[in-house]
Amino acid sequence: MATPEYETHEHDVIVIGAGGAGLRAAIEAAAQGVSVGLICKSLLGKAHTVMAEGGIAAAMGNVWPEDNWQVHFRDTMRGGKMVNNWRMAQLHAQEAPDRVLELERWGALFDRTKEGLILQRDFGGHRYARLAHVGDRTGLEMIRTLQYHAIHQGIDVYMECKVERLLKDGDRVAGAIGYWRNTGRFVLFKAKAVVLATGGIGKAWKITSNSWEYTGDGQSAALWAGADLIDMEFVQFHPTGMVWPPSVRGILVTEGVRGDGGTLKNNKGERFMFNYIPEFFKGETADNEKEADAWYADKKNRRTPDLLPRDEVARAINSEVKAGRGSPHGGVFLDICTRRPADYIRKRLPSMYHQFKELAGVDITREPMEVGPTCHYLMGGVRVDADTTQATVPGLFAAGEVAAGLHGSNRLGGNSLSDLVVFGRRAGLHAGLYAKNLAGALRVDQAEVEAAGRAMLEPFSRSGGENPYAIQAELQETMHSLVGIIRTESEMRQALGKIEGLKERAKKVRVDGGRVYNPGWHTALDLGSLLTVAECTTLAALERKESRGGHTRDDHPYTDDTWAKVNVVLRLRNGAVQVSREPLPEMPAELKALFQERK
Amino acid sequence: MPTFTLKVFRGGPTGGDFRDYRVDADEGMVILDLVHRIQATQAPDLACRWNCKAGKCGSCSAEIDGKPRLMCMTRMDLFQPGRTISIAPIRTFPIIRDLVTDVSYNYVKAKQVPPLRLKPPDADGRYRMMQEDIDRAQEFHKCIECFLCQDVCHVIRDHEEHKPAFSGPRFFIKVAGLDMHPLDTVDRSEFVQAQAGIGLCNITKCCTEVCPEHIHITDNGIIPMKERMADNVDPIVWLLRKFRGGRKEPA
Repeated sequence: MATPEYETHEHDVIVIGAGGAGLRAAIEAAAQGVSVGLICKSLLGKAHTVMAEGGIAAAMGNVWPEDNWQVHFRDTMRGGKMVNNWRMAQLHAQEAPDRVLELERWGALFDRTKEGLILQRDFGGHRYARLAHVGDRTGLEMIRTLQYHAIHQGIDVYMECKVERLLKDGDRVAGAIGYWRNTGRFVLFKAKAVVLATGGIGKAWKITSNSWEYTGDGQSAALWAGADLIDMEFVQFHPTGMVWPPSVRGILVTEGVRGDGGTLKNNKGERFMFNYIPEFFKGETADNEKEADAWYADKKNRRTPDLLPRDEVARAINSEVKAGRGSPHGGVFLDICTRRPADYIRKRLPSMYHQFKELAGVDITREPMEVGPTCHYLMGGVRVDADTTQATVPGLFAAGEVAAGLHGSNRLGGNSLSDLVVFGRRAGLHAGLYAKNLAGALRVDQAEVEAAGRAMLEPFSRSGGENPYAIQAELQETMHSLVGIIRTESEMRQALGKIEGLKERAKKVRVDGGRVYNPGWHTALDLGSLLTVAECTTLAALERKESRGGHTRDDHPYTDDTWAKVNVVLRLRNGAVQVSREPLPEMPAELKALFQERK
Repeated sequence: MPTFTLKVFRGGPTGGDFRDYRVDADEGMVILDLVHRIQATQAPDLACRWNCKAGKCGSCSAEIDGKPRLMCMTRMDLFQPGRTISIAPIRTFPIIRDLVTDVSYNYVKAKQVPPLRLKPPDADGRYRMMQEDIDRAQEFHKCIECFLCQDVCHVIRDHEEHKPAFSGPRFFIKVAGLDMHPLDTVDRSEFVQAQAGIGLCNITKCCTEVCPEHIHITDNGIIPMKERMADNVDPIVWLLRKFRGGRKEPA
């Protein structure tokens, strides 16, 4: 085969991914005076952040002056069942308020309190109303604000450009290779530092709130480049996705519905969450409807169990449906129409109103919604240093969903948008500093670049007849039925076997047509990373023999203290994924004390 | 299960034609589901953009039976079962392939808009704004940048020559959103006249009609902006006003 042609771009820092984390990283790197390239798989402003609804968590204390970073830190750690990286959780809680105010300075118009400050709303697992928001379209406000700020910072933006692999110079990162989606031509980025901000892996499951982009590109690229992944077993199923009609199954219904007063009910009309309050949260959760309803206005009451952390609520819904108490289409009811006036619902939840009206023919100011769990978020990912976000490969940084640690075994709602800007900024800062301190020319291995090019072209010339869409669909079915909300050893072993089979078939995928904007080809290329992350999650889930957060084992149903002290670590050695357990960083005494104060 | 015939444009910058695909529609499906079904079973290389599939990202704009719409928000039960439905790329922008167009015009125009510059904060370092003072600007922030308003705008739809000096409705409301920010200090009137070309807009409201976010682009954005321009700098209006203002009314 002829040597594939490619164009070359050189930057001090490249940022892969242009959602909240990538945009914030690019802005901060540019502020260091280095040359920055920002690479997006879609058009600018279309990344997954745009779909975030409920809000951004930050202990600003605008609604409840009692709130502060220590309370936010504690909520985050407890929500993650204490296996979070404590330092990330601390930095996140401390810096989130500044990042929200910075968004305001850059033009974001959050909803206001009566005093004219940023309004904050209640959400699951948060002690106080803490989420800055714009109705239920907070992510849109955030991505537009960052996008329109970024375009004036001298950043080169590469749109609809997909990175396939990272390149290295010895031990350190030296760039990346990928292709332009709209021409199919190859592109080589030489860079001293690379920030991964590529999001999650939800497209490996059948029912998901994630878009086509979420194929684990960053996690896989990092793994292939020799970086460690941790916590890959922790996958969040958001309790409330749409369930009907089938074509919208999985589309997100914001937790803000419950934050603003909505409750979950089964087909008997019972508020079943009162039956699912775990021991761990008994002290802070209301056990009767009166106290639960009073909590919204007066935080001296305990929190409604409708707003337990997402892992608890998703499991509860799963149990109700299995027990035959579900809604007609296999979910449960989410009712806000009998609890809040129609005007309030339309003002606070305009996009939910619109979404149900247009896609399901349901008026949520008059009827309850039908909802059920949907694959939403990966807590695990690239192992990073808390302060610098650097991965275990020099020059490689990661922020946002692709990075692991902050959320432990389960993420609280609202902590994702704050994660993006807190650690996006840190990634850009430290990547910029790293690049500035790195002397000498960049070397990339010509042979490696050409081999990557040839590999990308292979599907056009194969004689095999496998359809990339069919393989993707089978993987989604496999992960959904065998590595879903409730897991067990025998099923996960079966999943590994199926993934192995799909990997073989993926080698025989054939695509027709040309290289210009060919989705069949793009889907074929994304299979590599999708199968890799599916395997990683399954291996890590087999390893962790307990239930915790976004990892529930039927065969090991309890939380086990010995597992509270370790991360499951995955790394590639001699072409195979190696699984090990390594100790979590120890929390200092003054932070530990925060957990003694009240039960 | 109803079956439809989708006539989908297949081709590139040098030409193409509509090809027929017969597709089944399950309950609740939208046009985008059927396009995905065509990709998975009949034409894996059929090019289209999409992301959220919930009307939030504005990626899947197309002209469905000639009408600019989001494919993800166009339900099949709008159409009689068995019908033939045409799907074409949005016409105002150059075709890359099939349903995908080159929308880089919009990113060029975005960069030209003079950005926000806020007043200094209050003494305690905080900004205060009342909800009623930001309601109007928040309406413009709902824009999902689907560019359907740009597609349908007569000024540029069939007039390539207008594109260099005209930003289109999307960026009129972008400017309006910045101008209506209670703490902004920038005067964009020169930009709006000279570079954004607001004078070319003849208020046919087509943009408002196709907006999937139901933003009142014309009434709340463009018209007030035109009025402000007229007040400020339009020499004819200025002359008229001077003339009228100086006229002695008959006794």
